[in-house]
Amino acid sequence: MAKYANDPAPGMVEKSGGSLWMTHVLMMLGVLIIFFPIWLAFVASTVTQPDIVSPPMPLWPGGHFLENYKRALFAGVNVPVTTMLLNSLVMALGIAIGKIAISLLSAFAIVYFRFPGRNMFFWLIFITLMLPVEVRIVPTYEVIAGFGMLNSYSGLIFPLIASATATFLFRQFFMTIPDELAEASRVDGASPMRFFIDIVVPMSRTNIAALFVILFIYGWNQYLWPLLITTKPEMNTIVMGIKQMFPSGDDTADWPVIMAASILAMIPPVIVVVSMQKLFIRGLVDSEK
Amino acid sequence: MATLDLKNVKKRFGNVEVIHGVNAHIEDGEFIVIVGPSGCGKSTLLRMVAGLETISEGDISINGGVVNDMEPMERDIAMVFQNYALYPHMSVRQNMAYGLKIAKTPKPEIEQKVNDVAKLLQLEPFLDRKPKQLSGGQRQRVAMGRAIVRKPAVFLFDEPLSNLDAKLRVQMRLEIKQLQSKLNVTSLYVTHDQVEAMTMADRMIVMNNGVAEQIGTPLDVYERPQTLFAAQFIGSPAMNIVEGELADGMVTLTNGARFPSNSDHTGKASVGLRPEHLVAADDGPIEVDVGLVEPLGANTLMHGTLAGTDHIFAVSVPGVLPASGSPSSASFSIAPEHLHLFDTDSGQRIE
Repeated sequence: MAKYANDPAPGMVEKSGGSLWMTHVLMMLGVLIIFFPIWLAFVASTVTQPDIVSPPMPLWPGGHFLENYKRALFAGVNVPVTTMLLNSLVMALGIAIGKIAISLLSAFAIVYFRFPGRNMFFWLIFITLMLPVEVRIVPTYEVIAGFGMLNSYSGLIFPLIASATATFLFRQFFMTIPDELAEASRVDGASPMRFFIDIVVPMSRTNIAALFVILFIYGWNQYLWPLLITTKPEMNTIVMGIKQMFPSGDDTADWPVIMAASILAMIPPVIVVVSMQKLFIRGLVDSEK
Repeated sequence: MATLDLKNVKKRFGNVEVIHGVNAHIEDGEFIVIVGPSGCGKSTLLRMVAGLETISEGDISINGGVVNDMEPMERDIAMVFQNYALYPHMSVRQNMAYGLKIAKTPKPEIEQKVNDVAKLLQLEPFLDRKPKQLSGGQRQRVAMGRAIVRKPAVFLFDEPLSNLDAKLRVQMRLEIKQLQSKLNVTSLYVTHDQVEAMTMADRMIVMNNGVAEQIGTPLDVYERPQTLFAAQFIGSPAMNIVEGELADGMVTLTNGARFPSNSDHTGKASVGLRPEHLVAADDGPIEVDVGLVEPLGANTLMHGTLAGTDHIFAVSVPGVLPASGSPSSASFSIAPEHLHLFDTDSGQRIE
């Protein structure tokens, strides 16, 4: 075994038919288990309210797909799902782009400039990792309310932009860029910002893509913060909006519309992940130098 | 086209002085090689000329104008880095054009210049490739191209060949030298490789511990090393240094070997004998206990000790030793003009 250390372990490449089937069956079973609730939600979004509440629950899609989705998108319960989707999109994009821009710049400053307190600033940023939104939510609310940013996109986005994780990630990546590149660009006459835009940012594009995916989903899935600062239904984001669709008290929930909203809420993250999958994996796996 | 002057240039990192005042005047179009062991400050000196390191003391002038406080770009220099430092996400063409683009050169002119340089360096087929898709030698050429395309006043090379394999290194050495004489641009070239220094330099600066030990043509340094360090650093295998006494035009080594010298000095001295200047002679004064013998084909290297001492001694004799085996001891003589005498304390040359 040690003698042929470079050979792949037996069975890694070649699989006898039986075990190949076995693993695939297991894998499909796993997928089915994970996918089943989503399937149920989809089914529920294509039938009528009475169909859902009368057991047994239907397992196959009904014929009200268009009707339910039209109702969800354009009427909703409190506010049309389109509005909430748009709000979520603005917020998720704002958070992702804002976080990337800020952390790129701060990592650039920390890695490439020698200024007094450089290390202190790095550690200050780093320490904020220990303070997630939930911990500082009351003071943050106070600040945002003081600025009059309740029920606004800026109120949704700004408090979530500062990001230690992304700064840290970019810092680590920048430190792998050889110093000679910075020097070569200086000899070529590039100003620091020019170097940043022409060399550093293009070199980090896979990292940026990977972060974008992660941060977009992070932004999209925000629940607590939007719940706190948006009181008007037209500012609701989709993830919290779904919860708002549940009636309080004894009213019956409009399950087909809620389920349709849930399915719709899943689509944008899926699109982002699928379309950026290649860059995403490259950004996490290899560092291109 | 430019002259380059270093006037008492010093560099301190904190309290540690790493370059102790280097003076040099470099003529227009000269190819100067700075050579020295690692850590001697040669790269730091080059980076100070480039403007990548600040100058703690002294002046660096290009074409008579002091450039101490100028940005690299304003100094009109171009630099080739050891690891090439090509921008990985740009094509060869973009890499070469980058400096011009920043200087806001009109597009057609950039195109023209890049194509000219690509032709000169035989890079035309690779212009649209990324650095990753090039071999080491090709990357090296692109790095050169990036420097040449801007037509700088001074070229700076920071050990540009040390990442190449031996054969390519010899080839690139020639190419760089030819290119430099064709373009006739003042060049400063840093290396730790004495062969590069000997073959490429118009003049070389031998550096040690932040001091320029000797500045001169390669043959000058080889034939008349000014210091013990220069004597031992240039030449391969290194010069044998043996302690001895000077008196009445004769040298006496520590083991009693006595032979004539051209010096009329008296007193202690370090005596330098180049391995290749020792001539086998049956009754020669210098006896060597031979240890290891390395046949190199054209000549044979004998490593051993000076008879009667444990002083390591190397001799290079022409040809191949007879097959009968290597002798356990051999005698050599040396012509007085091939002796190098140095002051034992200061290491300075004694005539």
